[in-house]
Amino acid sequence: MDAGFWSMGGYARFVWPCVGLTLAVLAWNIWAARRLYAKARIRAERALAMAAMDRA
Amino acid sequence: MWTWFYKLASPPYVYRVAAAFAPWLLGLAAIAIGYGLIDGLVFAPPDYQQGDAFRIIYVHAPSAWMSLSAYTVMAVAGAIALIWRIKVGHAVAAASAPIGASFTLAALATGSLWGRPMWGTYWAWDPRLTSELILLFLYVGVMALRPAFEDAGRGDRAAALLAIVGLVNVPIVHYSVQWWNSLHQGATVAKFGRPEMDPSMLWPLLSMLLGFTMFYAGVLCIRLRGEILNRERSAAWVREAIAS
Amino acid sequence: MTVGAWAAMSLIVRRELCLSFRRPGQVLQPLVFFLIVTTLFPLSLSPQLSLLRDMAPGVLWVAALLSSLLSLDSLFKSDADDGTLEQLAICGQELSLIVIAKAAAHWLVSGAALVVISPLVGVALGIPTSAFATMMLSLALGTLTLSWLGAIGAGLTVGLRRGNVLLSLIVLPLAMPLLIFGANATDRAIGGTSPAGPLYFLAALCVFTCTLAPFAATAALRITLE
Repeated sequence: MDAGFWSMGGYARFVWPCVGLTLAVLAWNIWAARRLYAKARIRAERALAMAAMDRA
Repeated sequence: MWTWFYKLASPPYVYRVAAAFAPWLLGLAAIAIGYGLIDGLVFAPPDYQQGDAFRIIYVHAPSAWMSLSAYTVMAVAGAIALIWRIKVGHAVAAASAPIGASFTLAALATGSLWGRPMWGTYWAWDPRLTSELILLFLYVGVMALRPAFEDAGRGDRAAALLAIVGLVNVPIVHYSVQWWNSLHQGATVAKFGRPEMDPSMLWPLLSMLLGFTMFYAGVLCIRLRGEILNRERSAAWVREAIAS
Repeated sequence: MTVGAWAAMSLIVRRELCLSFRRPGQVLQPLVFFLIVTTLFPLSLSPQLSLLRDMAPGVLWVAALLSSLLSLDSLFKSDADDGTLEQLAICGQELSLIVIAKAAAHWLVSGAALVVISPLVGVALGIPTSAFATMMLSLALGTLTLSWLGAIGAGLTVGLRRGNVLLSLIVLPLAMPLLIFGANATDRAIGGTSPAGPLYFLAALCVFTCTLAPFAATAALRITLE
Protein backbone atom coordinates (compact mmCIF):
# COMPACT_ATOMS: atom_id res chain seq x y z
CA MET A 1 0.00 0.00 0.00
CA ASP A 2 2.59 2.49 -1.13
CA ALA A 3 2.19 6.00 -2.54
CA GLY A 4 1.14 4.47 -5.85
CA PHE A 5 -1.88 2.92 -4.18
CA TRP A 6 -3.04 6.18 -2.64
CA SER A 7 -2.57 8.14 -5.83
CA MET A 8 -4.58 5.59 -7.83
CA GLY A 9 -2.54 6.23 -10.97
CA GLY A 10 -3.33 9.93 -10.79
CA TYR A 11 -7.06 9.42 -10.41
CA ALA A 12 -7.03 9.75 -6.64
CA ARG A 13 -9.31 12.78 -6.57
CA PHE A 14 -12.00 10.75 -8.31
CA VAL A 15 -11.57 7.30 -6.83
CA TRP A 16 -11.30 8.13 -3.16
CA PRO A 17 -14.31 10.47 -2.97
CA CYS A 18 -16.31 7.73 -4.66
CA VAL A 19 -15.26 5.17 -2.08
CA GLY A 20 -15.81 7.61 0.75
CA LEU A 21 -19.21 8.66 -0.54
CA THR A 22 -20.40 5.10 -0.90
CA LEU A 23 -19.19 4.16 2.55
CA ALA A 24 -20.96 7.25 3.88
CA VAL A 25 -24.18 6.14 2.21
CA LEU A 26 -23.83 2.70 3.78
CA ALA A 27 -23.21 4.26 7.19
CA TRP A 28 -26.18 6.60 6.79
CA ASN A 29 -28.41 3.65 5.94
CA ILE A 30 -27.54 1.85 9.13
CA TRP A 31 -27.85 4.99 11.24
CA ALA A 32 -31.19 5.99 9.71
CA ALA A 33 -32.63 2.49 10.03
CA ARG A 34 -31.73 2.24 13.70
CA ARG A 35 -33.09 5.71 14.31
CA LEU A 36 -36.39 4.79 12.68
CA TYR A 37 -36.65 1.68 14.78
CA ALA A 38 -35.75 3.48 17.99
CA LYS A 39 -38.35 6.17 17.38
CA ALA A 40 -40.98 3.60 16.49
CA ARG A 41 -40.25 1.72 19.67
CA ILE A 42 -40.55 4.83 21.80
CA ARG A 43 -43.87 5.67 20.20
CA ALA A 44 -45.11 2.15 20.72
CA GLU A 45 -44.10 2.21 24.38
CA ARG A 46 -45.84 5.52 24.82
CA ALA A 47 -48.98 4.20 23.18
CA LEU A 48 -48.92 1.20 25.47
CA ALA A 49 -48.44 3.38 28.52
CA MET A 50 -51.36 5.57 27.56
CA ALA A 51 -53.55 2.55 26.94
CA ALA A 52 -52.59 1.20 30.36
CA MET A 53 -53.51 4.52 31.93
CA ASP A 54 -56.85 4.49 30.15
CA ARG A 55 -57.58 1.08 31.53
CA ALA A 56 -56.59 2.04 35.07
CA MET B 1 -43.81 -25.94 2.85
CA TRP B 2 -46.30 -23.18 2.17
CA THR B 3 -46.82 -22.53 5.87
CA TRP B 4 -43.53 -20.62 5.76
CA PHE B 5 -45.05 -18.35 3.16
CA TYR B 6 -48.19 -17.79 5.18
CA LYS B 7 -46.11 -16.96 8.23
CA LEU B 8 -44.46 -14.16 6.28
CA ALA B 9 -47.79 -12.41 6.16
CA SER B 10 -47.88 -12.15 9.91
CA PRO B 11 -46.38 -8.97 11.35
CA PRO B 12 -45.24 -10.44 14.67
CA TYR B 13 -43.50 -13.29 12.89
CA VAL B 14 -41.70 -10.99 10.50
CA TYR B 15 -40.83 -8.68 13.37
CA ARG B 16 -39.14 -11.54 15.24
CA VAL B 17 -37.47 -13.11 12.23
CA ALA B 18 -36.06 -9.79 11.01
CA ALA B 19 -34.41 -9.26 14.36
CA ALA B 20 -32.71 -12.62 14.07
CA PHE B 21 -31.59 -12.16 10.48
CA ALA B 22 -30.31 -8.61 10.59
CA PRO B 23 -27.00 -9.08 12.41
CA TRP B 24 -26.09 -12.09 10.27
CA LEU B 25 -26.89 -10.33 7.05
CA LEU B 26 -24.95 -7.24 8.06
CA GLY B 27 -22.02 -9.28 9.32
CA LEU B 28 -21.75 -11.27 6.11
CA ALA B 29 -22.19 -8.06 4.15
CA ALA B 30 -19.29 -6.50 6.00
CA ILE B 31 -17.09 -9.45 5.12
CA ALA B 32 -18.09 -9.47 1.46
CA ILE B 33 -17.75 -5.71 1.10
CA GLY B 34 -14.49 -5.68 3.01
CA TYR B 35 -12.99 -8.40 0.84
CA GLY B 36 -14.36 -6.84 -2.34
CA LEU B 37 -12.99 -3.41 -1.55
CA ILE B 38 -9.57 -4.63 -0.53
CA ASP B 39 -9.21 -7.02 -3.44
CA GLY B 40 -10.63 -4.53 -5.89
CA LEU B 41 -8.76 -1.46 -4.73
CA VAL B 42 -5.41 -3.09 -3.93
CA PHE B 43 -4.93 -6.35 -5.73
CA ALA B 44 -6.87 -6.16 -8.96
CA PRO B 45 -4.64 -5.12 -11.86
CA PRO B 46 -5.27 -1.68 -13.40
CA ASP B 47 -7.35 -1.57 -16.55
CA TYR B 48 -5.35 -1.10 -19.74
CA GLN B 49 -7.64 1.67 -20.92
CA GLN B 50 -8.85 3.35 -17.76
CA GLY B 51 -5.96 2.73 -15.42
CA ASP B 52 -6.79 2.86 -11.76
CA ALA B 53 -9.95 4.89 -12.33
CA PHE B 54 -11.82 1.74 -13.29
CA ARG B 55 -11.78 0.76 -9.63
CA ILE B 56 -14.74 3.07 -9.13
CA ILE B 57 -16.75 0.20 -10.59
CA TYR B 58 -16.45 -1.56 -7.27
CA VAL B 59 -18.67 1.04 -5.62
CA HIS B 60 -20.61 2.34 -8.61
CA ALA B 61 -21.92 -0.89 -10.11
CA PRO B 62 -23.23 -2.37 -6.82
CA SER B 63 -24.93 0.93 -5.93
CA ALA B 64 -26.62 1.10 -9.30
CA TRP B 65 -27.64 -2.53 -9.15
CA MET B 66 -29.13 -2.08 -5.68
CA SER B 67 -30.97 1.07 -6.75
CA LEU B 68 -32.83 -1.05 -9.30
CA SER B 69 -33.31 -4.04 -7.02
CA ALA B 70 -34.64 -1.97 -4.16
CA TYR B 71 -37.18 -0.33 -6.42
CA THR B 72 -38.29 -3.71 -7.71
CA VAL B 73 -38.66 -5.01 -4.17
CA MET B 74 -40.63 -1.91 -3.25
CA ALA B 75 -42.96 -2.27 -6.21
CA VAL B 76 -43.46 -6.02 -5.82
CA ALA B 77 -44.07 -5.74 -2.07
CA GLY B 78 -46.57 -2.97 -2.74
CA ALA B 79 -48.29 -5.08 -5.37
CA ILE B 80 -48.52 -8.05 -3.01
CA ALA B 81 -49.95 -5.79 -0.35
CA LEU B 82 -52.49 -4.26 -2.74
CA ILE B 83 -53.64 -7.48 -4.37
CA TRP B 84 -53.72 -9.84 -1.41
CA ARG B 85 -54.12 -7.19 1.28
CA ILE B 86 -51.05 -8.38 3.15
CA LYS B 87 -50.14 -5.38 5.26
CA VAL B 88 -46.55 -6.46 5.82
CA GLY B 89 -46.00 -5.74 2.15
CA HIS B 90 -46.64 -2.06 2.75
CA ALA B 91 -44.11 -2.06 5.57
CA VAL B 92 -41.52 -3.68 3.30
CA ALA B 93 -42.21 -1.15 0.55
CA ALA B 94 -41.96 1.79 2.95
CA ALA B 95 -38.73 0.41 4.40
CA SER B 96 -37.19 -0.22 1.01
CA ALA B 97 -37.74 3.22 -0.47
CA PRO B 98 -35.19 5.35 1.39
CA ILE B 99 -32.52 2.66 1.08
CA GLY B 100 -33.04 2.46 -2.65
CA ALA B 101 -33.09 6.23 -3.04
CA SER B 102 -29.77 6.54 -1.20
CA PHE B 103 -28.24 3.91 -3.49
CA THR B 104 -29.56 5.79 -6.52
CA LEU B 105 -27.88 8.97 -5.27
CA ALA B 106 -24.65 7.05 -4.68
CA ALA B 107 -24.81 5.56 -8.18
CA LEU B 108 -25.41 8.95 -9.78
CA ALA B 109 -22.66 10.65 -7.77
CA THR B 110 -20.02 7.95 -8.20
CA GLY B 111 -20.95 7.65 -11.85
CA SER B 112 -20.53 11.38 -12.26
CA LEU B 113 -17.11 11.32 -10.63
CA TRP B 114 -16.13 8.41 -12.88
CA GLY B 115 -17.41 10.19 -15.95
CA ARG B 116 -15.23 13.23 -15.41
CA PRO B 117 -11.88 11.57 -16.12
CA MET B 118 -13.29 9.01 -18.58
CA TRP B 119 -15.75 10.99 -20.70
CA GLY B 120 -14.53 14.48 -19.85
CA THR B 121 -17.80 15.51 -18.27
CA TYR B 122 -19.54 15.20 -14.92
CA TRP B 123 -22.87 14.62 -16.61
CA ALA B 124 -24.32 13.59 -19.97
CA TRP B 125 -27.94 13.34 -20.98
CA ASP B 126 -27.57 9.85 -22.29
CA PRO B 127 -30.29 7.19 -21.88
CA ARG B 128 -28.86 5.33 -18.92
CA LEU B 129 -27.97 8.39 -16.84
CA THR B 130 -31.26 10.06 -17.66
CA SER B 131 -33.36 7.04 -16.80
CA GLU B 132 -31.42 6.55 -13.55
CA LEU B 133 -32.13 10.18 -12.69
CA ILE B 134 -35.80 9.56 -13.45
CA LEU B 135 -35.58 6.60 -11.08
CA LEU B 136 -34.44 8.97 -8.34
CA PHE B 137 -37.41 11.24 -9.02
CA LEU B 138 -39.73 8.25 -8.90
CA TYR B 139 -38.35 7.27 -5.51
CA VAL B 140 -38.86 10.82 -4.27
CA GLY B 141 -42.41 10.82 -5.61
CA VAL B 142 -43.30 7.60 -3.81
CA MET B 143 -41.69 8.79 -0.56
CA ALA B 144 -43.53 12.10 -0.81
CA LEU B 145 -46.90 10.55 -1.60
CA ARG B 146 -47.07 8.13 1.32
CA PRO B 147 -47.20 10.64 4.19
CA ALA B 148 -49.47 13.07 2.33
CA PHE B 149 -52.60 11.15 3.31
CA GLU B 150 -54.27 11.53 6.63
CA ASP B 151 -55.17 7.87 6.67
CA ALA B 152 -51.92 5.91 6.74
CA GLY B 153 -53.45 2.87 5.08
CA ARG B 154 -54.64 4.96 2.15
CA GLY B 155 -51.19 6.51 1.88
CA ASP B 156 -49.63 3.05 1.77
CA ARG B 157 -51.97 1.93 -0.98
CA ALA B 158 -51.47 5.07 -3.04
CA ALA B 159 -47.69 4.79 -2.73
CA ALA B 160 -47.87 1.14 -3.74
CA LEU B 161 -49.83 2.00 -6.89
CA LEU B 162 -47.38 4.73 -7.81
CA ALA B 163 -44.43 2.40 -7.26
CA ILE B 164 -46.01 -0.17 -9.57
CA VAL B 165 -46.62 2.42 -12.28
CA GLY B 166 -42.99 3.53 -12.06
CA LEU B 167 -41.71 -0.03 -12.30
CA VAL B 168 -41.69 0.36 -16.07
CA ASN B 169 -38.59 2.52 -15.67
CA VAL B 170 -36.47 -0.27 -14.19
CA PRO B 171 -36.09 -2.34 -17.36
CA ILE B 172 -35.54 0.90 -19.25
CA VAL B 173 -32.55 1.73 -17.05
CA HIS B 174 -31.19 -1.77 -17.40
CA TYR B 175 -31.61 -2.21 -21.15
CA SER B 176 -30.93 1.40 -22.13
CA VAL B 177 -27.34 0.57 -23.03
CA GLN B 178 -28.56 -2.15 -25.40
CA TRP B 179 -31.44 -0.28 -26.97
CA TRP B 180 -29.76 3.06 -27.60
CA ASN B 181 -26.34 4.38 -28.49
CA SER B 182 -25.15 5.24 -25.05
CA LEU B 183 -21.96 6.73 -23.67
CA HIS B 184 -22.29 4.31 -20.79
CA GLN B 185 -20.61 0.97 -21.17
CA GLY B 186 -22.66 -2.16 -21.70
CA ALA B 187 -23.44 -4.92 -19.29
CA THR B 188 -20.40 -6.63 -17.84
CA VAL B 189 -21.71 -9.31 -15.55
CA ALA B 190 -25.38 -9.57 -16.36
CA LYS B 191 -24.79 -11.10 -19.74
CA PHE B 192 -25.39 -14.78 -19.77
CA GLY B 193 -22.33 -16.59 -20.92
CA ARG B 194 -18.82 -15.41 -20.39
CA PRO B 195 -18.55 -12.07 -18.67
CA GLU B 196 -16.10 -9.82 -20.39
CA MET B 197 -14.04 -9.06 -17.35
CA ASP B 198 -10.82 -10.72 -16.27
CA PRO B 199 -11.41 -12.98 -13.24
CA SER B 200 -9.00 -11.05 -11.03
CA MET B 201 -11.19 -8.01 -11.60
CA LEU B 202 -14.46 -9.89 -11.62
CA TRP B 203 -14.33 -11.67 -8.28
CA PRO B 204 -14.13 -8.53 -6.14
CA LEU B 205 -16.98 -7.07 -8.18
CA LEU B 206 -19.15 -10.11 -7.57
CA SER B 207 -18.23 -9.97 -3.91
CA MET B 208 -19.28 -6.32 -3.74
CA LEU B 209 -22.56 -7.08 -5.48
CA LEU B 210 -23.28 -9.87 -3.03
CA GLY B 211 -22.18 -7.74 -0.11
CA PHE B 212 -24.42 -4.85 -1.12
CA THR B 213 -27.36 -7.18 -1.54
CA MET B 214 -26.90 -8.62 1.92
CA PHE B 215 -26.37 -5.13 3.30
CA TYR B 216 -29.64 -4.02 1.75
CA ALA B 217 -31.43 -7.03 3.19
CA GLY B 218 -29.95 -6.41 6.65
CA VAL B 219 -30.82 -2.73 6.73
CA LEU B 220 -34.25 -3.61 5.35
CA CYS B 221 -34.76 -5.91 8.32
CA ILE B 222 -33.99 -3.11 10.77
CA ARG B 223 -36.18 -0.58 8.98
CA LEU B 224 -38.90 -3.15 8.54
CA ARG B 225 -39.18 -3.66 12.28
CA GLY B 226 -39.60 0.07 12.75
CA GLU B 227 -42.21 0.27 10.00
CA ILE B 228 -44.13 -2.67 11.42
CA LEU B 229 -44.12 -1.11 14.87
CA ASN B 230 -45.43 2.15 13.45
CA ARG B 231 -48.27 0.39 11.70
CA GLU B 232 -49.17 -2.08 14.41
CA ARG B 233 -48.67 0.13 17.44
CA SER B 234 -51.98 -0.73 19.01
CA ALA B 235 -51.98 -4.44 18.30
CA ALA B 236 -51.93 -6.94 21.12
CA TRP B 237 -48.73 -8.70 20.14
CA VAL B 238 -46.79 -5.45 20.38
CA ARG B 239 -47.27 -5.41 24.13
CA GLU B 240 -45.30 -8.61 24.66
CA ALA B 241 -42.78 -7.78 21.95
CA ILE B 242 -41.96 -4.43 23.56
CA ALA B 243 -41.94 -5.69 27.09
CA SER B 244 -39.31 -8.32 26.33
CA MET C 1 -83.64 1.63 -16.76
CA THR C 2 -80.01 0.78 -17.15
CA VAL C 3 -77.88 2.75 -19.53
CA GLY C 4 -75.49 0.94 -21.86
CA ALA C 5 -71.76 1.51 -21.59
CA TRP C 6 -71.42 3.62 -24.74
CA ALA C 7 -74.38 5.74 -23.77
CA ALA C 8 -72.94 6.28 -20.31
CA MET C 9 -69.56 7.28 -21.71
CA SER C 10 -71.02 9.72 -24.19
CA LEU C 11 -73.17 11.16 -21.41
CA ILE C 12 -70.07 11.72 -19.32
CA VAL C 13 -68.21 13.31 -22.22
CA ARG C 14 -71.11 15.62 -22.96
CA ARG C 15 -71.40 16.53 -19.29
CA GLU C 16 -67.71 17.32 -19.02
CA LEU C 17 -67.77 19.45 -22.16
CA CYS C 18 -70.87 21.25 -20.94
CA LEU C 19 -69.28 22.00 -17.58
CA SER C 20 -66.08 23.14 -19.25
CA PHE C 21 -67.82 25.61 -21.49
CA ARG C 22 -69.83 26.89 -18.60
CA ARG C 23 -66.58 27.88 -16.96
CA PRO C 24 -64.45 29.00 -19.89
CA GLY C 25 -61.87 30.41 -17.53
CA GLN C 26 -60.89 26.98 -16.33
CA VAL C 27 -60.28 25.91 -19.90
CA LEU C 28 -58.61 29.05 -21.14
CA GLN C 29 -56.22 29.60 -18.24
CA PRO C 30 -53.89 26.70 -19.03
CA LEU C 31 -53.87 27.77 -22.67
CA VAL C 32 -52.94 31.30 -21.76
CA PHE C 33 -50.30 29.90 -19.44
CA PHE C 34 -48.92 27.96 -22.39
CA LEU C 35 -48.68 31.15 -24.44
CA ILE C 36 -47.09 33.10 -21.62
CA VAL C 37 -44.48 30.47 -20.79
CA THR C 38 -43.40 30.22 -24.40
CA THR C 39 -43.04 34.00 -24.39
CA LEU C 40 -40.74 33.88 -21.39
CA PHE C 41 -38.03 32.03 -23.25
CA PRO C 42 -37.46 34.50 -26.08
CA LEU C 43 -37.53 37.29 -23.53
CA SER C 44 -34.95 35.71 -21.29
CA LEU C 45 -32.74 34.02 -23.85
CA SER C 46 -32.66 35.68 -27.21
CA PRO C 47 -35.22 37.31 -29.53
CA GLN C 48 -33.44 36.16 -32.66
CA LEU C 49 -35.61 33.66 -34.49
CA SER C 50 -32.66 31.80 -35.89
CA LEU C 51 -31.38 31.12 -32.39
CA LEU C 52 -34.84 30.44 -31.01
CA ARG C 53 -35.43 27.84 -33.66
CA ASP C 54 -32.79 25.64 -32.06
CA MET C 55 -34.49 25.55 -28.69
CA ALA C 56 -38.01 25.82 -30.03
CA PRO C 57 -38.95 22.16 -29.76
CA GLY C 58 -37.77 21.97 -26.17
CA VAL C 59 -39.42 25.22 -25.15
CA LEU C 60 -42.66 24.23 -26.84
CA TRP C 61 -42.73 20.87 -25.14
CA VAL C 62 -41.81 22.09 -21.67
CA ALA C 63 -44.52 24.73 -21.92
CA ALA C 64 -47.05 22.14 -23.11
CA LEU C 65 -46.07 19.81 -20.28
CA LEU C 66 -46.43 22.47 -17.59
CA SER C 67 -49.69 23.75 -18.98
CA SER C 68 -51.11 20.22 -19.09
CA LEU C 69 -50.12 19.72 -15.48
CA LEU C 70 -52.09 22.82 -14.55
CA SER C 71 -55.22 21.59 -16.22
CA LEU C 72 -54.87 18.07 -14.81
CA ASP C 73 -55.64 19.29 -11.36
CA SER C 74 -59.23 19.91 -12.35
CA LEU C 75 -59.77 16.45 -13.82
CA PHE C 76 -61.32 14.96 -10.72
CA LYS C 77 -61.22 17.82 -8.27
CA SER C 78 -64.59 19.46 -8.72
CA ASP C 79 -66.32 16.09 -8.85
CA ALA C 80 -64.57 15.00 -5.70
CA ASP C 81 -65.51 18.21 -3.93
CA ASP C 82 -69.23 17.91 -4.45
CA GLY C 83 -69.49 14.14 -4.10
CA THR C 84 -70.17 13.35 -7.73
CA LEU C 85 -67.12 11.15 -7.88
CA GLU C 86 -68.46 8.81 -5.23
CA GLN C 87 -71.77 8.66 -7.02
CA LEU C 88 -69.99 7.75 -10.22
CA ALA C 89 -68.08 5.04 -8.42
CA ILE C 90 -71.19 3.36 -7.07
CA CYS C 91 -73.58 4.03 -9.93
CA GLY C 92 -73.18 0.55 -11.35
CA GLN C 93 -71.30 1.47 -14.50
CA GLU C 94 -67.77 0.24 -14.90
CA LEU C 95 -65.61 2.89 -13.23
CA SER C 96 -62.78 2.48 -15.70
CA LEU C 97 -65.11 3.35 -18.59
CA ILE C 98 -66.22 6.47 -16.77
CA VAL C 99 -62.59 7.41 -16.18
CA ILE C 100 -61.84 6.89 -19.87
CA ALA C 101 -64.71 9.17 -20.79
CA LYS C 102 -63.62 11.86 -18.34
CA ALA C 103 -60.02 11.75 -19.51
CA ALA C 104 -61.10 11.87 -23.16
CA ALA C 105 -63.25 14.91 -22.53
CA HIS C 106 -60.46 16.48 -20.56
CA TRP C 107 -58.04 15.96 -23.41
CA LEU C 108 -60.47 17.54 -25.86
CA VAL C 109 -60.48 20.78 -23.93
CA SER C 110 -56.84 20.86 -22.89
CA GLY C 111 -54.47 18.83 -25.05
CA ALA C 112 -56.43 19.18 -28.28
CA ALA C 113 -56.74 22.92 -27.68
CA LEU C 114 -52.98 23.07 -27.20
CA VAL C 115 -52.44 21.32 -30.52
CA VAL C 116 -54.76 23.81 -32.23
CA ILE C 117 -52.94 26.88 -30.94
CA SER C 118 -49.49 25.41 -31.32
CA PRO C 119 -48.96 26.90 -34.81
CA LEU C 120 -49.21 30.34 -33.19
CA VAL C 121 -46.46 29.40 -30.78
CA GLY C 122 -44.52 27.76 -33.57
CA VAL C 123 -44.48 30.98 -35.52
CA ALA C 124 -43.45 32.92 -32.41
CA LEU C 125 -40.51 30.60 -31.84
CA GLY C 126 -39.35 30.54 -35.42
CA ILE C 127 -40.32 26.99 -36.24
CA PRO C 128 -40.60 26.65 -40.04
CA THR C 129 -44.07 25.84 -41.33
CA SER C 130 -42.78 22.66 -42.92
CA ALA C 131 -42.30 21.27 -39.41
CA PHE C 132 -45.78 22.17 -38.23
CA ALA C 133 -47.36 18.85 -39.14
CA THR C 134 -44.83 16.92 -37.11
CA MET C 135 -45.04 19.40 -34.28
CA MET C 136 -48.79 19.13 -34.05
CA LEU C 137 -48.80 15.37 -34.38
CA SER C 138 -46.17 14.93 -31.71
CA LEU C 139 -48.02 17.33 -29.41
CA ALA C 140 -51.29 15.49 -30.02
CA LEU C 141 -49.78 12.13 -29.15
CA GLY C 142 -47.86 13.58 -26.24
CA THR C 143 -50.73 15.44 -24.63
CA LEU C 144 -52.96 12.41 -25.00
CA THR C 145 -50.39 10.25 -23.21
CA LEU C 146 -49.95 12.97 -20.64
CA SER C 147 -53.68 13.17 -20.00
CA TRP C 148 -53.53 9.53 -19.07
CA LEU C 149 -50.42 9.66 -16.95
CA GLY C 150 -51.91 12.68 -15.29
CA ALA C 151 -55.16 10.86 -14.66
CA ILE C 152 -53.23 8.35 -12.57
CA GLY C 153 -51.55 11.15 -10.66
CA ALA C 154 -54.80 13.09 -10.33
CA GLY C 155 -56.57 9.99 -9.03
CA LEU C 156 -53.90 9.51 -6.40
CA THR C 157 -53.74 13.11 -5.25
CA VAL C 158 -57.33 14.32 -5.47
CA GLY C 159 -58.38 15.59 -2.09
CA LEU C 160 -54.87 15.99 -0.72
CA ARG C 161 -54.02 19.35 0.68
CA ARG C 162 -50.87 20.07 -1.37
CA GLY C 163 -52.23 17.90 -4.12
CA ASN C 164 -51.15 19.87 -7.15
CA VAL C 165 -47.49 20.07 -6.16
CA LEU C 166 -47.45 16.36 -5.47
CA LEU C 167 -49.23 15.78 -8.76
CA SER C 168 -46.44 17.50 -10.65
CA LEU C 169 -43.82 15.61 -8.67
CA ILE C 170 -45.45 12.31 -9.55
CA VAL C 171 -46.33 12.96 -13.19
CA LEU C 172 -43.23 14.77 -14.43
CA PRO C 173 -40.74 11.89 -14.06
CA LEU C 174 -43.16 9.60 -15.86
CA ALA C 175 -43.56 12.21 -18.59
CA MET C 176 -39.87 12.66 -19.26
CA PRO C 177 -39.68 10.04 -22.04
CA LEU C 178 -42.54 11.88 -23.77
CA LEU C 179 -40.56 15.07 -23.61
CA ILE C 180 -37.48 13.42 -25.04
CA PHE C 181 -39.20 11.87 -28.02
CA GLY C 182 -41.61 14.70 -28.70
CA ALA C 183 -38.92 17.34 -28.73
CA ASN C 184 -36.69 15.04 -30.77
CA ALA C 185 -39.40 14.53 -33.38
CA THR C 186 -39.98 18.25 -33.79
CA ASP C 187 -36.26 18.87 -33.80
CA ARG C 188 -35.75 16.43 -36.65
CA ALA C 189 -38.60 17.92 -38.63
CA ILE C 190 -37.05 21.36 -38.30
CA GLY C 191 -33.69 20.02 -39.34
CA GLY C 192 -35.18 18.30 -42.37
CA THR C 193 -34.50 14.70 -41.40
CA SER C 194 -37.33 12.23 -41.05
CA PRO C 195 -39.10 12.37 -37.71
CA ALA C 196 -40.55 8.93 -38.21
CA GLY C 197 -38.48 7.21 -35.53
CA PRO C 198 -39.40 9.35 -32.55
CA LEU C 199 -42.97 9.68 -33.80
CA TYR C 200 -43.39 5.94 -33.88
CA PHE C 201 -41.98 5.78 -30.38
CA LEU C 202 -44.36 8.47 -29.21
CA ALA C 203 -47.21 6.57 -30.78
CA ALA C 204 -46.10 3.40 -29.05
CA LEU C 205 -45.89 5.20 -25.71
CA CYS C 206 -49.34 6.61 -26.36
CA VAL C 207 -50.86 3.23 -27.09
CA PHE C 208 -49.10 1.66 -24.13
CA THR C 209 -50.30 4.35 -21.76
CA CYS C 210 -53.82 4.65 -23.12
CA THR C 211 -54.40 0.92 -22.75
CA LEU C 212 -52.91 0.43 -19.30
CA ALA C 213 -53.36 3.77 -17.59
CA PRO C 214 -57.16 3.57 -17.28
CA PHE C 215 -56.76 0.59 -14.97
CA ALA C 216 -54.15 2.34 -12.87
CA ALA C 217 -56.22 5.53 -12.73
CA THR C 218 -59.32 3.59 -11.70
CA ALA C 219 -57.35 1.78 -9.01
CA ALA C 220 -56.03 5.13 -7.83
CA LEU C 221 -59.56 6.50 -7.59
CA ARG C 222 -60.77 3.50 -5.66
CA ILE C 223 -57.92 3.94 -3.20
CA THR C 224 -58.81 7.58 -2.74
CA LEU C 225 -62.51 6.98 -2.44
CA GLU C 226 -62.40 4.10 0.01
